[in-house]
Amino acid sequence: MSGKRGDDGGSFEDRLAVARRKQGLDAPPPGVGKPAKGGMSAMGIGLRVGVELVSALVVAIAIGWWLDSFFHTRPFLLMLFVLLGGAAGLLNVWRLLMPKDPAKTK
Amino acid sequence: MAAGHTIDALGQFELHPVLGAVGRSVGFSQSSMMMLIAAVLTIGLLVVGMSAKAVVPGRLQALAEMLYDFVHKMCIEQIGEEGKKFFPFVFTLFTFILLGNLLGLLPFSFAYTSHIAVTFSLAAIVIVLVTGVALAIHGMHFFSYFFPAGAPIYLAWLIIPVEIISYLSRPVSLSIRLFANMVAGHVMFEVFASFIVMMAGAGLVGYIGGVGPLALNVILMGFELLVACLQAYVFAVLTCIYLHDAVHLH
Repeated sequence: MSGKRGDDGGSFEDRLAVARRKQGLDAPPPGVGKPAKGGMSAMGIGLRVGVELVSALVVAIAIGWWLDSFFHTRPFLLMLFVLLGGAAGLLNVWRLLMPKDPAKTK
Repeated sequence: MAAGHTIDALGQFELHPVLGAVGRSVGFSQSSMMMLIAAVLTIGLLVVGMSAKAVVPGRLQALAEMLYDFVHKMCIEQIGEEGKKFFPFVFTLFTFILLGNLLGLLPFSFAYTSHIAVTFSLAAIVIVLVTGVALAIHGMHFFSYFFPAGAPIYLAWLIIPVEIISYLSRPVSLSIRLFANMVAGHVMFEVFASFIVMMAGAGLVGYIGGVGPLALNVILMGFELLVACLQAYVFAVLTCIYLHDAVHLH
């Protein structure tokens, strides 16, 4: 078995590479790495953007609520942190959609 | 289940104790049961699959090797050479979530990743690890992460809270994404399956009409298989990206 493989060494490697490519065995790992982020469906991107926006807001509201009950200033810090949370959500979305070019040039 | 006109789409996510009186006394639910099965299957695959140690792998060995290779490559690509250190963690996380998602699609089983308690625990582990790694490598310098270099100093009061909230929202978005995807899929299964039963109750026309939701459920199963793999991949890859940030601090 191993002798046979040694005989047509280079050509076997070539044929193996061709066969693997044809079966899609080589393509997925490098291919999957990018499409999952960039080439996602419109629905997938929409879902992720929504999740990012909401989760930042949830965290900010939780922090605002907790700080308010700590300092006894019920509505004010919550109001401030809702705004900050919205900003953080937009920052998340910006990071999600924008960083491809700077990351590549770096 | 759908005997009346109600569709009980969320009942499937309720936890019930299994294994009789023993399970009841320790609160061993079907969720814990599935986690145990997933862990046993993972270890079983690796142990049994790799026991042959063949040069030309058989089916199980090929599966085990591809899984290992896939996560290993992902770690190195996303984190860099240091990624090898985190490979066991990412591999465990990936296989646990992947098997949870996939096993949940089998009849009479339960998708433990459809509970936010489970997904948030996983995300919390990730974020604590990432913060710990960053503090261990960079020490106090880690906190410069919250104030990007070159930003005007008089905006610090605005940038720092926003960056901190953005950082803390990572585990939340990580857990909500996985949990929401799994819940949505299983609810859709339940709703369409209820339609089939309801249609069947309407006589001959219903028997013919019931083919529609049945076909939809078949298509949905294919889609859910994709979602199960994709969400496990997304969770693992985001963990890697956060680890990259922790190791390199941009």
